[in-house]
Amino acid sequence: MTLLNGIRVLDFTAHVAGPQATILLAYLGAEVIKVESRLYPDVLRSTAVVAGIGTKKTALGMFTSMNAGKLGVTLNLTHPKGIELAKRLVKISDVVVDNFRAGVMDKLGLGYEVLKEIKPDIIMLSASSHGAGGPESGYSGFAVTLGPLSGLSYITGYPGGLPAVLRNSIDCRMGNAAAFAILVALCYRQRTGKGQFIDLSGREALACGMAEVIMDYVMNRRIRSREGNRDIFMAPHNCYRCKGEDKWVSIAIANEQEWRSFVQVLGNPAWSKEERFSDQLSRWQNQDELDRLIEEWTIERTPYEVMEVLQRVGVAAVPSFSNEDLFHDPHCRERGYLVQVEHPEAGPLYVLAPPWKFTATPAKVTRPAPVLGEHNEYVFGTLLGLSREEIAKLAADGVFY
Amino acid sequence: MFESALAGIKVLEYCQMVAGPYCAKLLADLGAEVVKIEKPGHGDEARKRPPFPNDVPDAETSGLFLYLNTNKLSITLSVETETGRQIFKELVRGADVLVEDNAPGVMKKQGLDYEVLKELNSKLIMVSITPFGQTGSYRDHKAYPLNVFQAGGEGYLTPSGVENVGRPPLKVGSFLEEYDSGLNAAIAVVAALYWRTSSGRGQFIDISKQESLISLNRMDVIVRYANERKLLTRAQQGVPYGGILPCKGGDYTVFVTWEERQWDRLVSMMGNPEWARDEKFKDHGARFKHGELINALLMEWLVNFSKEELYHMGQAHGVPFGMVSSVEDLVNSEHLRARGFFVEIEHPKAGRLRYPSAPYKFLLTPWRVSRPAPLLGEHNEEVYCKRLGYEKNQLVKLREAGII
Repeated sequence: MTLLNGIRVLDFTAHVAGPQATILLAYLGAEVIKVESRLYPDVLRSTAVVAGIGTKKTALGMFTSMNAGKLGVTLNLTHPKGIELAKRLVKISDVVVDNFRAGVMDKLGLGYEVLKEIKPDIIMLSASSHGAGGPESGYSGFAVTLGPLSGLSYITGYPGGLPAVLRNSIDCRMGNAAAFAILVALCYRQRTGKGQFIDLSGREALACGMAEVIMDYVMNRRIRSREGNRDIFMAPHNCYRCKGEDKWVSIAIANEQEWRSFVQVLGNPAWSKEERFSDQLSRWQNQDELDRLIEEWTIERTPYEVMEVLQRVGVAAVPSFSNEDLFHDPHCRERGYLVQVEHPEAGPLYVLAPPWKFTATPAKVTRPAPVLGEHNEYVFGTLLGLSREEIAKLAADGVFY
Repeated sequence: MFESALAGIKVLEYCQMVAGPYCAKLLADLGAEVVKIEKPGHGDEARKRPPFPNDVPDAETSGLFLYLNTNKLSITLSVETETGRQIFKELVRGADVLVEDNAPGVMKKQGLDYEVLKELNSKLIMVSITPFGQTGSYRDHKAYPLNVFQAGGEGYLTPSGVENVGRPPLKVGSFLEEYDSGLNAAIAVVAALYWRTSSGRGQFIDISKQESLISLNRMDVIVRYANERKLLTRAQQGVPYGGILPCKGGDYTVFVTWEERQWDRLVSMMGNPEWARDEKFKDHGARFKHGELINALLMEWLVNFSKEELYHMGQAHGVPFGMVSSVEDLVNSEHLRARGFFVEIEHPKAGRLRYPSAPYKFLLTPWRVSRPAPLLGEHNEEVYCKRLGYEKNQLVKLREAGII
C-alpha cells in the first residue's frame, strides 16, 4: 500500500531542483515517468565527469541518488510526433512537472493552456529560478547563483569575510517546496475534481528560509550580515576544534542550568568562575575569549567523546559530521537512512532512504534510476497501447531517441 | 472568490519556535484551520525571540512569531494537569492532524502519545518533529539550530573553499535548517492526508531534522562516501573559478560558466581581453586548474561594475550571473515586488508590516493571509466555548487553576 497509489507523474525535469521534487513523489508511491532524449539527456548523468569532479561511478551515483524510483523514456521533443506522444502521456497522467526556464513549455507547445484541454484536471507545476512572471522571469540560475541572490549567502560567513557559496542543497530546497505544492494540489483535486497550474520560484523558496531576517529589516531597517556561528542570545555557541584532522563539535548553551552542567563536565576550571563569564550576557559579551578556553578542552577529545559526555548532562553537543562520519554513524545506521539499489552498470549503489517514517504506509525506494529509454516499451507499449511495429517505426524515425 | 486548497482540514499544533510552527503555517496559509496550543502565561518561546519593532521586546510583536503563526488560532492550555490532558484529548477528537515537536517520550509520559490518541480518533494523522527522530541512539540528544545544521552533513562543508580550512564550520545565518525540517514534515502530512481520504486511515509520522537536512544533500555529500569512500572537505568544495567575487562598491557578484558557450559569452561581454586567449584557459578542464589566476584577472574587470549592473548585463549576454543580495536588496527587489512576494499584514499590536509570502502561485487556490498571528490565548473563548461547549464561567475557573 502506498500513499500516492495510482498517481502518475510526467516528469520533464533535469539536474537537481525538479528531480528532487519528483523523487519525493516516487518515494511516496507515485509512478514517475522521466522524459529525456539522447539529444537532451539529463545533464546530471554526466556532470561529475564533465566538470571534472569524479569518475563514471560518481556520475552514476549522483544521478541515481536524484532519480531512483523513477521510470525513464526517451522522447524527442524537437520532433512533432514527440510532442504528440507527450500529449498522449499527459492524457493518462495526473501531474506534469518541469524545471525549464519560464516559458519553455509554452514554446514546446506543452503549456498549461494546451495541457488542460487534453486533460482538464491535470496539475502542472513549473519550477524556475525566478518564477513565471516579473521583470527577471526568464533569467537563468544555478544553485551557486541562487543562494547569493536569495539573500542567504549575505548572512553566511565569518564576520568581515566573504559571503559563503552554498551547496546543491539550495536546489533541493526548491524541489521540496515544489513537492509540497503538488501534494496540496492533489488534495484539492481529490476534494473538488479540479486540477490547476502552479508557478514556483526557486529564489523565493530560498528567501522563505530567512524570514526572521526579513522581518528584522521590515521592522527595524536592520541589515543582518555575516556573524559566523554567533547567536543572538546563546553563548557558548560555536563549532570547536577537536582531536584529529579537521574534526569539530558544535556546542550551544541556552541557559544557566546548561552552563552549570557544562562547566561541571569540564571539571569547574578556575576561568569558569570568573566574573566575565558569570551570567549569560557576560558570557555572550566575552565569547571570543570563552571560545578559546573551551577549545583547550575540546582539542583533547574527539567530537564523539564530547557529544557523549555533554549530552549525558543535557548539553547540546553534536559533531560537525562529515559524509564519512554519517556513513559509519551508529544512529544513522539504526534509522536506516541509506538503502542500496542494484544498478545495471555500476552494480550496487547507495541512495538515501525517504526522509519520513510513516507507520501505515512506509515510503520506499522501489528501483534504481532508469538508464536512458529503459521503459519505452512499458510506457509507449503497455500504457499508450502502441504496437511493437509502431514503436520500432517511431524509433527509426528518431521520435524515440 | 478563490477557494482554499486545504479548506476543512483541522490541525492541532503543539509546538514552539520554528520547525513545528512552520509546518503548521504552511498548511494554515493554504486554508487549513490551525489551532495552536500555547503554555498559559508564557506562550511559544518564539514570542521572546527578536526581531521586535524598534527592538522593544513584547510577547505580541516578535517578528519571528508573527511570521510563523499567520492564519492560526491561539489557545492556552497546560497538559501538566489531568483536566488539561482531558481537554487536549477533546481537541484531538475533532482534529485531522496533530503536529508536535516535544522531545521523544514527553507525549507518552503525559499519556498523549499516538497509541492513546488513535483510540480517540482512528483517522488522526500525528507528526512528531525532533532533532534525531523517535528511535536510534541519539533520540534523546538535545540539538539547537546550530547543532541541527552540523548534524546534517552540510555544516561540515560550510563555508566551502580551501581558504576556510582550519576555521570552524559554520551554519547558515538564519533558522534555515528549522524551516527545512518544517517543510519536510509538511510534505509528509499532506501525503498522509491524501491517503487518508482514500483509505479512511490515519497514521503516525516520525520526522528527524537530521534526516530532513541529509535529504537535501542527497546528490553528492552522503552517497559519495557510501559509494566511493570519498571524504568531502571544505578544501575541495569551492567553486574552481567564478563563484562569488568582489565588484564595485564593496559588493559581491556571483556567476558560473559551467558550459563552454557561457564562458565564450563572458569573454565577449568583457570585450574579448587578450588574456582570455591564453592556452591556460582554453577549456573548462584547463580553467579548472587555473582558477586563482582567472579570478584575479576577472576581478580587474568586475570592479568596474556594480553588482546590479553585472547581474543584468550577464543575463542579457546569456551568462548566469546573480548577485549577493542583502536583505535590503531583497525587500526592494523590483522583481519580487512585481510578483507580489511581499504582502502587507495588519496586526493589532505590531501594526501594518510587509511579510514574505510563499514561493508557489496556485492558479485556483492562492496562498493568502486571512488573519495575522494570534495574540496569546486570543481564541480561548472561540475554541473552548463555541467548539467544545464550555460555559464562559467554566473558562474563568480553568484560568484561575492555571489550566488555560
